[in-house]
Amino acid sequence: ELPLSHFSAARAAAVAVGYLRYLRGGPGRGLELRELRRARRQDIDGVGHKYYLELELEDVLDKDRTVNCTAEVLYRLGSKTSAPDVQVTVQGELRSTEEAEQEFYNRIRSLEKELVAENIPDSHGNVPPELEPIHLLAWVASGYLIWQNSTENTKFHLAQVKHVKQVKRSDEDLQFDYVLLLHEMVSQEVLPWEVTVLWHPQRGARVSQS
Amino acid sequence: ANMKLILIFGALIGASLCLETFVGHQVLRIKTKNEEEIKQLQLLESLEHLELDFWINPSAPALPVDVRIPAASVQSVKAFLESQGIEYSILIEDLQDVLDKEKQDMAESAQRQRSSSFDFGAYHTLDDINQELDHLASEYSFVEKIQIGESYEKRPLYVLKFSTGGSNRPAIWLDAGIHSREWVTQASALWIANKIASDYGTDDSITSLLDKMDLFLLPVANPDGFVYTHTSNRMWRKTRSKIAGSVCVGVDPNRNWDAGFGGPGASSRPCSDSYHGPSANSEVEVKSVVDFIKNHGNFKAFLTLHSYSQLLMYPYGYKCTRPDDYAELESLGRAAASSIRSLYGTTFQVGTICKTIYQASGGSIDWSYDNGIKYSFAFELRDTGRYGFLLPANQIIPAAKETWLGLKRIMEHVRD
Repeated sequence: ELPLSHFSAARAAAVAVGYLRYLRGGPGRGLELRELRRARRQDIDGVGHKYYLELELEDVLDKDRTVNCTAEVLYRLGSKTSAPDVQVTVQGELRSTEEAEQEFYNRIRSLEKELVAENIPDSHGNVPPELEPIHLLAWVASGYLIWQNSTENTKFHLAQVKHVKQVKRSDEDLQFDYVLLLHEMVSQEVLPWEVTVLWHPQRGARVSQS
Repeated sequence: ANMKLILIFGALIGASLCLETFVGHQVLRIKTKNEEEIKQLQLLESLEHLELDFWINPSAPALPVDVRIPAASVQSVKAFLESQGIEYSILIEDLQDVLDKEKQDMAESAQRQRSSSFDFGAYHTLDDINQELDHLASEYSFVEKIQIGESYEKRPLYVLKFSTGGSNRPAIWLDAGIHSREWVTQASALWIANKIASDYGTDDSITSLLDKMDLFLLPVANPDGFVYTHTSNRMWRKTRSKIAGSVCVGVDPNRNWDAGFGGPGASSRPCSDSYHGPSANSEVEVKSVVDFIKNHGNFKAFLTLHSYSQLLMYPYGYKCTRPDDYAELESLGRAAASSIRSLYGTTFQVGTICKTIYQASGGSIDWSYDNGIKYSFAFELRDTGRYGFLLPANQIIPAAKETWLGLKRIMEHVRD
């Protein structure tokens, strides 16, 4: 059993949240950790360290409601190159985002010029409302990066969307090329990561690291 | 011809009224072409009953002539100028309108000055912050702005001293912004300064605190970095000192203190955001504080603000063993976190630096603790990552308020 103040619990929780954002997030849904309720750690000989977490999450667009979730995060021994194994179970329903996401999809598809934006949020923490879905899509992308690149000695957060550029496609997907600033807590570095997101209301998000 | 003109104007004597206001007064700018026209205007000037007020007197043809004309004389003066072919334009249509507007502007400005114009719920530049420090020092007799040193780029390091008397009373140290990108900390420090100053005399706790102890508050511990976050890179953390032999700039000021210096949790690479620097206290921003506190000799608490993560920590960071005063600090930490939570429900985790965030050497509260200042705490303010360093301005005051409750709880314990 881990004290909730211990950094290893917080780091594992950040991985779980990243994974969840990648899996369940979208332009109409941004998941945030409301509270870490419980954390246990199991050292498995020859395999690695496994964390069992109980999390309370909120949808930032629907803050009055929270949803509980259990997660298992396995950091494999001695591997610097493979992502932690993550399994999550969300208990209960997340608010439906179909309508909002379809609206976003239609809006972007109908743009004459390709969308370009930078510094989201700006220096003062502001996000213009029309860019919020682009911001939340960046959470999906950063969630993927965080999950893929975390170890027991790192804790990543999305610091800022430095730049985003839409790339019009001949197929039905939306494509956004992002430059994301990720803040790594242990080294305190804030570094840019290039990532491409393909998104479609029914097909969801596909993230590829540039 | 001149005599005729004088008679015309003479007839207007009765029409001119003695007005106290400037309603209907016009100001004309007259452009003369030759000496002859100058003479005409000088004649006009001599007719006292017209009550013409020359703002620029007729002297040479090249220079404009500005004249204020009372309402009653306006039409006739214009008629005179036109009949003489003298060019003019209207500078001011109605002088009273201009005066009324000016009076209103001044009243509004005075109103703004009186009700402290500083917006604590917004992010400010270094210049604005320094101006507000001056304002607080001038408004409260027990608040003084002192300079404890200079940054690498020669900016003053300003500390607000809160002292109601005595001589070298036991003191509390509070700093913010040692890491420049942590903007909510400098902003909160300003709010807290104003809160303490304005509540002395009315709030029992602050009053009894300042009656017994002095408080020293350094709101911008890293001014060079802070300016850099405004002008160039919002994510800058370190100082801006040049490093011999490297293209990279800056040292992590919270790895530069003489406490386990150079040990685990700090980088020896100049380009790293946690670079400890060439030697302990190499950064003038750190050395200035160290010297000030050592020379004072009577500090009882050392409190420092960072963001983000919502943590309330005590020593040690450079080693993962517990400090001698572990039980008391843990208990006080929990009490302070409880006070913080009481306001908006914001939860802060409590523990040693090493267990709560990471092992980190050369940190300020480790130095202060090992130098006899028992009550050494480091706060990491809002949030937990959603906005991180880019905390929206509308959260500044809530963050400052809840943090203040935690600080106050600690200060009360120190006082007692």
